[in-house]
Amino acid sequence: MSDRVSRREFFAFAAAAAGAVIQDTVASARVYDPERAGHPREPITAADNDAGIQAVEKKLRCTCGCGLDIYTCRTTDFTCTYSPALHKDVLRLAGQGKTAQQIVDEFVRQYGEAALMAPPKRGFNLAGYFVPSIAIVIAGAFLVRAIRRWTREAQAAAPPPGGPTLPPDATPAELERLRRELDRLPG
Amino acid sequence: MTLLGSLSLWLALLVGLWGAITGFAGGAQRRADLQQSARNATFALFGALLVAVISLEVAIFRHDFSLQYVASRTSRNLPTFYLWSALYSGQEGSLLFWAAVLSLFGALTQLLTSRRHRLYLPYVAAVTCLVASFFVSVMLFAANPFQRLPFTPLDGSGMNPQLQNPGMVFHPPMLYLGYISITIPFAFAIAALLTKKLDAEWLVAVRKWTLVSWLFLSVGLLIGMWWAYVELGWGGYWAWDPVENAALLPWLVMTAFLHSVMVQEKRGMLKKWNLALIIGAWVLSIFGTFLTRSGVISSVHSFTQSPVGYFFLVFLVVSAIASFSLYATRLPLLEAEATLESMVSREAGFLFNNLLLIGIAFSVLWGTLFPILSEAVRGTKITVGPPFFNQVNIPLGLALLAMTGVGPLIAWRRASVSNLRRQFAVPTTSGVFVLLILLVAGMRDIGALMAFSIGGFVLGTVVQEFARGARARHRQYGEPIPVALLQLLSRNRRRYGGYIVHVAIVLLFVAFAGMAFKTETQATLRPGETATLQGPDGHVYAFTHLGISQYNALNRQVTAALVEVQRDGKPMGRLRTEKRQHVDALGRPTFEPSTEVGIMSGLRVDLYVVLAGLVNGTEQAVFRFTINPLVWWVWFGGLVLVIGGLIVLWPGGTAVAVKGSKATSAQAGYAVKLEAER
Repeated sequence: MSDRVSRREFFAFAAAAAGAVIQDTVASARVYDPERAGHPREPITAADNDAGIQAVEKKLRCTCGCGLDIYTCRTTDFTCTYSPALHKDVLRLAGQGKTAQQIVDEFVRQYGEAALMAPPKRGFNLAGYFVPSIAIVIAGAFLVRAIRRWTREAQAAAPPPGGPTLPPDATPAELERLRRELDRLPG
Repeated sequence: MTLLGSLSLWLALLVGLWGAITGFAGGAQRRADLQQSARNATFALFGALLVAVISLEVAIFRHDFSLQYVASRTSRNLPTFYLWSALYSGQEGSLLFWAAVLSLFGALTQLLTSRRHRLYLPYVAAVTCLVASFFVSVMLFAANPFQRLPFTPLDGSGMNPQLQNPGMVFHPPMLYLGYISITIPFAFAIAALLTKKLDAEWLVAVRKWTLVSWLFLSVGLLIGMWWAYVELGWGGYWAWDPVENAALLPWLVMTAFLHSVMVQEKRGMLKKWNLALIIGAWVLSIFGTFLTRSGVISSVHSFTQSPVGYFFLVFLVVSAIASFSLYATRLPLLEAEATLESMVSREAGFLFNNLLLIGIAFSVLWGTLFPILSEAVRGTKITVGPPFFNQVNIPLGLALLAMTGVGPLIAWRRASVSNLRRQFAVPTTSGVFVLLILLVAGMRDIGALMAFSIGGFVLGTVVQEFARGARARHRQYGEPIPVALLQLLSRNRRRYGGYIVHVAIVLLFVAFAGMAFKTETQATLRPGETATLQGPDGHVYAFTHLGISQYNALNRQVTAALVEVQRDGKPMGRLRTEKRQHVDALGRPTFEPSTEVGIMSGLRVDLYVVLAGLVNGTEQAVFRFTINPLVWWVWFGGLVLVIGGLIVLWPGGTAVAVKGSKATSAQAGYAVKLEAER
């Protein structure tokens, strides 16, 4: 009984598959010259659109020399033969049940640290991440100190309160010009 | 014409060296005959290089494939539009373009510089001639555009398809114009150091040139971003590529200079700093050229690896050492005329603004060079890509954006508490208001929230500045508010044009932050099938594949996919995305097939469709659909930035008095701050 049902199911599946092929042929006619349309593509699978896979691929650099990550390269430069192959590697490793970090580690083991889009935060690479920030903080501290020193000097050199507020050598003509200019100012 | 071009290059080298020698000697010995000779040399240099440029263009338009450059960059069926850009589409031609434009700027400087700055001109002629001579010598000894092939091919190899885009016609010259024109402020800086005339006079002489250079660099960067977006097909416009970084570095330093120069003009301070910034900007422009042309760092933009890299490296090191050594000997002459009076002052604000700009420049330079450093120190190759740059630069960028709003609110010399309260109330309220609105709307991305709310704060600052100025004019002169606004802008172009540039920076930051919300999917569609994608604006977009068509165009065989777009079930229009197989005049394929993106641009989102290819040679096609938020605002922000820059640059208006300058123009800038001090 179960055998008969199984055979029926098999034929039903075969018929559906044949129908699909026929429908494919009918709906998707061949183009005039496939050669000029670039490299032939395989249909997109659910794994190609998987957010987890994409996230891993965005951490890994394509080895074709484009400087892009695997995901961006395989969905941008459709002439690249490296990124589709690397994508398949990622899928294969994911299929083996490896976690995202394990896949990344496997790529680093195979291709070295250059496989990563950003160097790992350890050892000498820490200098890469923190030198700019440290330099800015140190420069900022120096700047604050320098400004404090300058302001102290300025205060020491300032005339006593109630003293003259205008340059003693200002001529009446200059004072008149200053008054005119101030009058012209908006706000 | 080829012989004429080669002879012109040799003549240019001789004239350039003569101009350099007579310029330096004439300046040092104050001999009028040598000074005049140096001046004439700049004109002759331009003439010789113009002949060389015309010779190469004629060879390109006549399809003279006996020239290696013409054969490797063009083909008989290359559209005329791109024949023009073939001049600078390759290493050798772009070097010629560079030298020719520099000689043009050098000649214009001699013609346009006012009489009171004539003292500097012999040295300016010497420096421009020397730099141009270097470029000519690189051509003559390592990358000659007039190099002949041993045979003449029937047709050329054609132009890289990615360069056959209007963006690539305008992007390189704009960027080069920016890079090249930095040489003029640099030449004035060297002239000021050599003459020991280090008051603010040289700043007056270079102010416009610095702005011109900054504006060209800005336009070059923006067009480059646009080109990357519409042509490369990855869906973004900035990838922290080494060559992009190399162009950004001098821009950041020039921006720092354009701010700090105001402190020198107004208070006679930061003389050492401003000179260092100008020299640094120029050195970075040569560094960028070295990066682009040496192949030392791999980049999608770089020219192929060639020996010119060694020329540039030597020139970079020698000129940097010479310039900064000269600078060091003059430091005692560069003491400030005034000192900072308060930590809370406009001057201090400019210093912190400079700290951030130079800090960002340093972090970009550091990240760009870190792979080389890592390899040298550890022997390990690493990649420093966008995740690194974003992590380091986004916080700095947000701090800089905040300073854009804070700076104009603080008074010169010293700000009182009441002044600060009065100045900050409206901008802070507008920033907090934007933040609350976005939080209520459900936005939770910290970076975007900060960018949008700080943007609201900066806009509040700018609106307040315009409103107060217009109101004051309205009160004082009885002008209607629109007229008062226009008068405000036209009478103090530098200040209010600068505020318009600040608005542009806000628009750009907001647009950059928008990219955090992009969504995308890939789909395989038969004709009639539809893929849907939820946009970050809450709408559902449906993309229906209508079919594939194939046809021949001038120099390419096109495979085009037509896609109908609907938003929430309502038709929006159709998009076309293409695969292009470029061919030469004999029908032979010249490059790998390239992709043309279909873009439907809107205020809220861009719909970005890429044809990846066909399945089994049928009409069943693979697509990538991307919804990019707020990209339109990048281009609009760029336009606003250019308008603001042009307003600042436009001649006339009321000039800003320069401390230590003999200029007699009246002070009219920073009016509200002065009023606040009273």
